Amino acid sequence: MQEATNPMASDMQPYADASTGATRPLPTSLPAGFTLKGVYQVKAGVTVVDGVDMDIPHGDIIALVGPSGAGKTSLLRLLNRLDDPVQGEILYRARPITHYPVQTLRRHVGFVFQTPVMFPGTVRDNLQVALTLGGNQAHDVEARMAEAMALAELDCALCDRQGDRLSGGQQQRVNIARALMTAPDVLLMDEPTSALDPATAERLMETTRRLSREQRLTVVMVTHRLAEARRSSDRLIVLERGRIVASGPTADVFGHTTDPRVRAFLATEP
Amino acid sequence: MVPFDSAPPASRALVEVSWFDLGVAFGLILIAVGLARWQGVGLAQRLVMGAVRAVAQLVLVGYVLVALFALDRWYLVMAALLIILIVATHAAVTRLPGSRRRLVMITGVAMLVASGVTLLYVSTLVVRIAPWYNPQYIIPLFGMIVGSAMTAAAIAAERLHSEITARRAEIEAYLALGAHYHHASHAAVRQAMRAALIPTVNGLMVVGVVTLPGMMTGQILAGASPLMAIRYQIVVAFMQAAAVAMTTAIVTLWYRRTFFTPTLQLRVETQESLSARD
Repeated sequence: MQEATNPMASDMQPYADASTGATRPLPTSLPAGFTLKGVYQVKAGVTVVDGVDMDIPHGDIIALVGPSGAGKTSLLRLLNRLDDPVQGEILYRARPITHYPVQTLRRHVGFVFQTPVMFPGTVRDNLQVALTLGGNQAHDVEARMAEAMALAELDCALCDRQGDRLSGGQQQRVNIARALMTAPDVLLMDEPTSALDPATAERLMETTRRLSREQRLTVVMVTHRLAEARRSSDRLIVLERGRIVASGPTADVFGHTTDPRVRAFLATEP
Repeated sequence: MVPFDSAPPASRALVEVSWFDLGVAFGLILIAVGLARWQGVGLAQRLVMGAVRAVAQLVLVGYVLVALFALDRWYLVMAALLIILIVATHAAVTRLPGSRRRLVMITGVAMLVASGVTLLYVSTLVVRIAPWYNPQYIIPLFGMIVGSAMTAAAIAAERLHSEITARRAEIEAYLALGAHYHHASHAAVRQAMRAALIPTVNGLMVVGVVTLPGMMTGQILAGASPLMAIRYQIVVAFMQAAAVAMTTAIVTLWYRRTFFTPTLQLRVETQESLSARD
């Protein structure tokens, strides 16, 4: 199914908002979902996101799949404003994401990178920093750390280990726990398992599924492992050259897609 | 008893170097050229060219300084300082990555502010120059300040660019957690500042023990008492430290600002093209 629209049909303005200091709170009564309308992104003169329209419902796990260079990561980065699109509009909780102070938005929309990034210091330092960045002098830091560690299935004994001494899988779990410290509504994950062995990757995906289920966390996940997307996601979005070429409930897309290119791509599943 | 800082006896006054003597000094360059040729370093011609340029530049500067001292006009002195600043700015940004126009603005303003404040401090509170534009003091002092500031500006800008490029993942991880760019780039800024300040700190540590600074040597050769020469050298060392610290702070903090958009997004030019897709 083709969801991309004609770029000329959109009258959306490019993003121009520069506010970081405004104090408009996020409307927590509205569901933490995204809506993208006619979104374009250009990098180094190349159109990497080409007129994307889509809905990301609250509480689901959405897998973004597609061949290398399809624009998956570029699209993901738009959702917590690590980049802004050159054209189009992105709504979060039914309001343009430019209406929220960017730092507040990012604390509600966490990001887990493809390669885990460990800050200097211990695991404890890595987790605490997420709270201090927001000026949060919470008295329950230890309790929140313990909760985030438990959610990411990390042994508390690791708390005082230096971050760079952990295995790749442990580092990625620390990155997830760190993202959870700000109690986000949405977790964006950019190929979180690509550097992990299959068994570790599968355990991490199981954790992600449980997080989404128990915390009502919306997860948007880029992955190149189709089997992983099939098992873990509620909805699947297939991207090719910056356009959505198929989307819908994961089982439907795998089972009923008629587009030959999409079928060929999905058939590459090992 | 002769005071320490009295003038030396007339018999030990300045020995004049004639043009003939300079010709003899050129023999030293010929030794260097001979060695370069012998080892096939391929720099013999550049050595000669360098020596000729040095002679031409210094002779020209000598005559310009003679003229400035003789004319003794404040606006000519200010023009000379401006030219020194422009040349130093150009030299500082020549080999730097990134937007040339932006860096010219940043390093030029940083050196102007740092050197201006330092010179004002020294000329009004320490050396108490009269008249305020006395070219005999103002020009050499400003030249020495700007010389140090120029090196610091170039090191600070180059190091900041390389640190931010190398730490891109870390910086974006901080930003993604909701950090301000001040926090996200703190480690990069600290490294750039350290790199720019270390030569000055090391210089202060070894001055007089390992090196005898050119200015002090020059004063001693010109017949000044070594104790007077060291006083000037101490002033010079302190003013260079101040100018370097100010230049480093301004360049690093201002240049850092240019790597981030108002919406706290990291922009590294050299990296953008590498990650154009996905």
